[in-house]
Amino acid sequence: MRPLATVLIIATALAVAVSRTAFAVDPTELPTPALQARYLALTHELRCMQCQNEALADSPVGLAADLRREVRDQLLAGKTDDQIRAWMSARYGDFILFRPRYSLRNAWLWGAPGVLLLIGALVCWRVVRNRASLLPGDQEPVEEDGAR
Amino acid sequence: MTRFLLPLGIFALLAVVLAIGIRHSPEKGVIASPLLGKPAPAFVLPDLADPARQVRSDDLKGRWYLFNVWGTWCGGCREEHETLLQVHRAGVVPIIGLDWKDDDGQALNWLTQLGNPYQSVATDHSGREAIEWGVYGAPETFLVNPQGVVVYKHIGALTPDTWTHEILPRVSGAKAGSSS
Repeated sequence: MRPLATVLIIATALAVAVSRTAFAVDPTELPTPALQARYLALTHELRCMQCQNEALADSPVGLAADLRREVRDQLLAGKTDDQIRAWMSARYGDFILFRPRYSLRNAWLWGAPGVLLLIGALVCWRVVRNRASLLPGDQEPVEEDGAR
Repeated sequence: MTRFLLPLGIFALLAVVLAIGIRHSPEKGVIASPLLGKPAPAFVLPDLADPARQVRSDDLKGRWYLFNVWGTWCGGCREEHETLLQVHRAGVVPIIGLDWKDDDGQALNWLTQLGNPYQSVATDHSGREAIEWGVYGAPETFLVNPQGVVVYKHIGALTPDTWTHEILPRVSGAKAGSSS
């Protein structure tokens, strides 16, 4: 089973990779490789507002094309990536950014995983310590201890 | 028993947080516009009726107006057209149209056939003006106050209900406030 599954996963990944390049909706090319790389990065991290779960780069709808043109023109005009992101979110809100910005309003969202991880580690440590002390001479399954 | 109290407490807390989140979440599919409370974009655009003339935001300063983004390709726009005509007949606030990525001829036909609720219609062939307004799907309607600030945005077809409950109170409330 294992090798078959691996082969399947690789085949799927390859198929996806090939189809992405073969059927790319966006043929835009910028004059320098550096600009092209920034263009690709930006259009992949900005949301197509019309289809919402697609990036600008992947969306065939008209508005996505208009926004890609905007990204291209602003890159050519010498704007920085941050300026372009700010320009976009001033018009469409932070929702257009697939990679959200850090702000006071969403600080708790950014902090929560760390806090949760800490709580989890604490619980884990306590459970392991408690059960380790039960081990010597006790061959009963640990789960039954709680029922006493 | 006490060992269950902590997880239970955490669960209850999480449930409360999520319940508040769900209650306060805006209508699904509607994205709040960052333009609300901010100055409306300034524009100088060709007039649909006569491309040699221009529709200018400066000419609208000092008055309330509705900014309605539409196109003949847009189903919801046909749906809301009757409401727009009613708003026009009410004569409370003029409607400025933005004909978004449309064919001028078709747009003019549309207005002759269905009636013209607009004080003037600006054309946006390139789609750049719509982006300035953060439009992502027609029809969208903005209410702009005399100071040029966007005070309300409606996404989707305008209904008589939206007009009487969301737009009219804002306009007449402000007018009553300023005249007294």
